[in-house]
Amino acid sequence: MPPYAAHPDAAKPLLQVSGVSVRFGGIVALGGVSFEVGRRQICGLIGPNGSGKTTLFNCISGIYRPGAGEVRLEERSLRSVSRHRIVDLGIGRTFQNVALFRSMSVRENMLAGAHHLGRTGFIANALLLPPVWREAAAARRGLDRLLDLLRLREVADAPVGSLPFGTQKRVELARALIGRPKLLLLDEPAGGLNHSEVDELAELMRRIRAEFDLSILLVEHHMNLVMRVSDKVVALELGLKIADGTPVEVQNDPGVIRAYLGEPAAPAPAHA
Amino acid sequence: MRVLRFLAGLLFVAAAAGLAFAVSDYRLFQLTTVAVYAVAILGLALVTGFNGQISLGHGAFYAVGAYVTAILMAHYGVPYWATLPASAAICAALGFLIGLPALRLGGLYLALTTFALAVATPQLLKYHAFEGWTGGVQGLVLDKPDPPPGLPLPLNADQWLYLCTLGVSAVLFLLAANLVRGRIGLAMRAVRDHPLAAEATGIDVALLKTRTFAVSAMVTGVAGSMGAVAVGFVAPDSFTVMLSITLFVGLVVGGVASVAGPVFGGAFIAFLPNIAEDISKAAPGAVYGVVLIAFMFLLPSGVAGGLGRLLRRAARRPA
Repeated sequence: MPPYAAHPDAAKPLLQVSGVSVRFGGIVALGGVSFEVGRRQICGLIGPNGSGKTTLFNCISGIYRPGAGEVRLEERSLRSVSRHRIVDLGIGRTFQNVALFRSMSVRENMLAGAHHLGRTGFIANALLLPPVWREAAAARRGLDRLLDLLRLREVADAPVGSLPFGTQKRVELARALIGRPKLLLLDEPAGGLNHSEVDELAELMRRIRAEFDLSILLVEHHMNLVMRVSDKVVALELGLKIADGTPVEVQNDPGVIRAYLGEPAAPAPAHA
Repeated sequence: MRVLRFLAGLLFVAAAAGLAFAVSDYRLFQLTTVAVYAVAILGLALVTGFNGQISLGHGAFYAVGAYVTAILMAHYGVPYWATLPASAAICAALGFLIGLPALRLGGLYLALTTFALAVATPQLLKYHAFEGWTGGVQGLVLDKPDPPPGLPLPLNADQWLYLCTLGVSAVLFLLAANLVRGRIGLAMRAVRDHPLAAEATGIDVALLKTRTFAVSAMVTGVAGSMGAVAVGFVAPDSFTVMLSITLFVGLVVGGVASVAGPVFGGAFIAFLPNIAEDISKAAPGAVYGVVLIAFMFLLPSGVAGGLGRLLRRAARRPA
């Protein structure tokens, strides 16, 4: 960053991924990927299976540490941040196969998502000291808003294990949002959803962005959804970035077309 | 809901206190034992039921609590009530230190590590270098605390001890109920259900587990203190690995992730051996086993789980 950049927030990207490389043994999962996500931007991350999307996602959510390169949120490197502190920096996430707290109710799952906003410990909680009441009241306010936004009020006290998959995904989203993230990482949110649920999800993502003033990084196979909601799209193949631009640009990128559809069949005797 | 639960608990404690004036001294001793076991199992419930860390060695913390109270009372003349905070502090510290490395192992390895602790405990208590304190194989004999003079009701020593034990137990159950319903309790259960997701919500999993283990050891240790005074005697062979297993049985029978469950579990492990012996003098162990298996079939989620289901069903039925 040049030292004369006076206004720290508005123009600067929220998330900067620069030169991130990850190796598993001899396999290069990511070979130096760089891109940025701006504030209030919805960024789609696409690529065929094995392209490194999930690895990159795990680097940003702090589960892997990149061998080389850097992930920064608001200029702050995630390198020395332990996993449970990632959410404090403002990164919330959902999981590919729904990782809810199964024995708990919808409400309890969501309140657990507000854990990092609280400070009270064992003693204060056992004695029900005033800070515990204050925290609980604050968490309930966040909870009420999300129960309505995500249409979960009806099932608030149901154990999450008993709910349909689509509802569980909304619970997971609510659990991430109650922590007030600046960047929301969604790992295949459309997986397992039916047609109308995907439409609803697209609408929901836009509403969330507007109401919570956050950016979304969306890892998704559902191309139609990605192209519909994203402001920008990053495409990976074999651990390298092959395209980065608006949905239209990426859709028409010859590299992306090749990665998804293979080489054109006709003139191909040269490298036989 | 919270208020209802509190009132139900209050009613239960009041009724239990009333028994002090209604039953024989021997029955009171048994009820004191139920309260002691209930608290010991409550400690285990915090770590195993709510936090998902299997401990097969909580008898060790029970033993340490018992010995702290016994040593302070027998050698230093400390009054009974004053030994409880000391026992709580020592057991919490010990739980934290043991939890620090043990919880990193997790799962079945933790179960084995804590089991090893339980196996080693009687031997450590017999170790001759500590004999001056522990009394070695002979153990230590304790006097029953006398009721303080000037009480509005004349109480004998058994009644007084029962009411004290009941009071301390009630307070510990109330604190535990508050703990598990609040922020920390949610975090404990979140770690049990899905550690990775728990971490993503900002929970320091290793630290939380270690602290939970410490609190759990503390509660079980206080139970040990109360148990030592109730029996009036501590000796290494009262704290064999069977004690740890028995506490675990009580936990499962009562209902693992429940605050009320340990009360049922405590009653179960306090009364069943006697009942089994009444049924068959020759093979009480077999009777015990059959009853235990029957319980597991009829109430797979423990007594508390079964009662909870009944209550929910009753609440759902349209009036």
